[in-house]
Amino acid sequence: MDSSLKGRPGGAIWWKLIAVVFVLYTVIAGFLVSVPAQPILHESIRNLYFHVPMWFSMMVILFISLWHSIKYLSKSTIESDIIATQAAHTGMLLGALGLATGSFWARYTWGAWWVADTKLNGAAITMLIYLAYFILRGSIDEEQKRARIAAVYNIFAYVMLIVFLMILPRMSDSLHPGNGGNPGFNKYDLDKNMRLVFYPAVIGWILLSVWILTLRIRLQKLKRKLMFNE
Amino acid sequence: MNKLYKKTVLMLSMLVVSVIAFAQDKCQRTEMADGLYQSGKIYVVVTVLSIIFVGIAGYLVTLDRKIGKLEKEIKNK
Repeated sequence: MDSSLKGRPGGAIWWKLIAVVFVLYTVIAGFLVSVPAQPILHESIRNLYFHVPMWFSMMVILFISLWHSIKYLSKSTIESDIIATQAAHTGMLLGALGLATGSFWARYTWGAWWVADTKLNGAAITMLIYLAYFILRGSIDEEQKRARIAAVYNIFAYVMLIVFLMILPRMSDSLHPGNGGNPGFNKYDLDKNMRLVFYPAVIGWILLSVWILTLRIRLQKLKRKLMFNE
Repeated sequence: MNKLYKKTVLMLSMLVVSVIAFAQDKCQRTEMADGLYQSGKIYVVVTVLSIIFVGIAGYLVTLDRKIGKLEKEIKNK
């Protein structure tokens, strides 16, 4: 991730290429490859290729955020704090996209924009918890103090994310697939063809999110450098 | 690095080509959007989305380059 080590400013390029090709592949294959015919879902089952990768990417990006918060607490380098913050921002973008697409999908399958469901409310609460992270950061002026307190809060936030997105929905019935003791996408009959699109979709979107994250980090570092040079 | 790069490009392009093979699979009797495929116009949507995504990817590339240039400038200052 550190660009100053290699000759090319942005670092290696091959994974960015994989990200673009994989997502492009899913945009094409996502519409053209045949899917199992399911009642209620019909063709909207194809949303799986686009809605679910948003959440997977968010989990990965927020894990990066958590990782660097822990790193900050042990080493106190400001770079870790920058990465943790920018990752939280990127994660919120993905979460917002996940919520919006999920809500739209629900409108045409469950019949409502929002259902008081453990999974949906859990996702909304998670977003609010991370919004509080930014509010917390905004309220502390001193850099070291802000970084330390935010890092501690960020660990709490990720634990809450696991509880609200992974644990609580599994303990009660939910309209959302993969809950109420149901471990995965079996309900969708995720068949051979769908897997061939779904897995590249997940990998592609995760890599694309990491790319966006690295851009944010590099921009933030530049801003910091400018601030201290002047 | 260059060899790896070429290999990745080759592998990924093969992957995209393989989509066409899967696209040949016809849907079952159940009512799905078969009509769209017969009229062939689903490809219009696929193309539009591809264009949009390629545009976004291109935008990311230019952002990446701009930031890279700035990084070099500040480093050389």
